[in-house]
Amino acid sequence: MKLLNRLLPHPLLTLMLTVIWLLLVNRFSLNSLVFGFFLGLLIPVVTQPYWPNRPKLKSPLRLATYVLLVFWDIVIANITVARIILFMPNSKRQPTWVEIPLDIRTPEAIAMLGGTITMTPGTLTADISADGRHLLVHCLHAPDTASVRDEIKTRYERRLKEIFE
Amino acid sequence: MILDLLITGFIVLGGFFGFVGSFGLLKLNDPMSRMHAPTKATTLGVGGVLLGSMLHAVVYEGRLSAHELLITLFLLVSAPVTANFLAKVFINQQTKPKDLPVPGDCELWATHNKPEHRSADTPEA
Repeated sequence: MKLLNRLLPHPLLTLMLTVIWLLLVNRFSLNSLVFGFFLGLLIPVVTQPYWPNRPKLKSPLRLATYVLLVFWDIVIANITVARIILFMPNSKRQPTWVEIPLDIRTPEAIAMLGGTITMTPGTLTADISADGRHLLVHCLHAPDTASVRDEIKTRYERRLKEIFE
Repeated sequence: MILDLLITGFIVLGGFFGFVGSFGLLKLNDPMSRMHAPTKATTLGVGGVLLGSMLHAVVYEGRLSAHELLITLFLLVSAPVTANFLAKVFINQQTKPKDLPVPGDCELWATHNKPEHRSADTPEA
C-alpha cells in the first residue's frame, strides 16, 4: 500500500493527465494510451515537491453537476454581459466593488470559487484579503450588492463546500 | 443541409460574441468594467466556433475531434487567472485601500498588503 502511494501520489492527476494526453493525440490507440499513462505516472512523481497535500474530493459526482451548472451559467453570463455592453449607456451602469466573506478555507475550493465568479454573470474576482477570508469582487452592473453576495454564497460557495470540505 | 446550417449558426454566434467582447473593450469607460467584456463574451465567442468545428469534424470527416474540448478546458482555466492578474495590477497601481470595501477585521486586500499601507495591527500574510 505504501509503495503504491509512493508510485501513485495523485491518482486523480494521473487519470487526468492520461485523458489529456489522449485528447491531445486526438485519435485513440493502445500506443497513446500506454504512453499517456506513462506520462501520468511520471509527472506526478517528478512534481511531487510542489504538491504537499492532495486536495480531497468528498463527492466527485457533485463536482460534475457543479461543472454543468457553471457551464450553463457561463452561457447566461455571456448573454447578460452582451446586453449590458450593447444596450446600456455608460451613465446608467453602476459598477461597484463587493466583498464576500468566505466560509470555505480549502485553497483549491477558493481558487475554484474565484474562477467561477469571474466566468459568471457580471462579476469578476479581483483580489483576496490578506488573511484569505474575504474575496474582492467587481460587478459590471449591480444596483443591489447584497443580492450579488447572496447569490454567490448560496449558488456556488455552498456547493463547493459540499464538494471539498 | 440542416447540419450545414447548424454549423454556420454556431460560427456566426461565435463571431457575434467575439465582436461584442471587442466592442465592450472600446465602449465601457473604466478599466475594471472593461475586463468584463473580454473574459465573458469571448468565452461563448470561442465556444461557438469550437462547437461548429467539432460538429464539422463529425459530419464531414466522420470522426470525433477532441482538441476542441481541450481548448475549452484550457480557456476555462486560463481566462480567470489572466483577469485576476490584470485586476491585481489595477488595484496595485490605481487604487488605495480606502477606495475598496474593507475585508472584515483584516483591513487589507492581499495586493495592498505591503509596508506603506500596513498599520501596526494588520496581520502579515
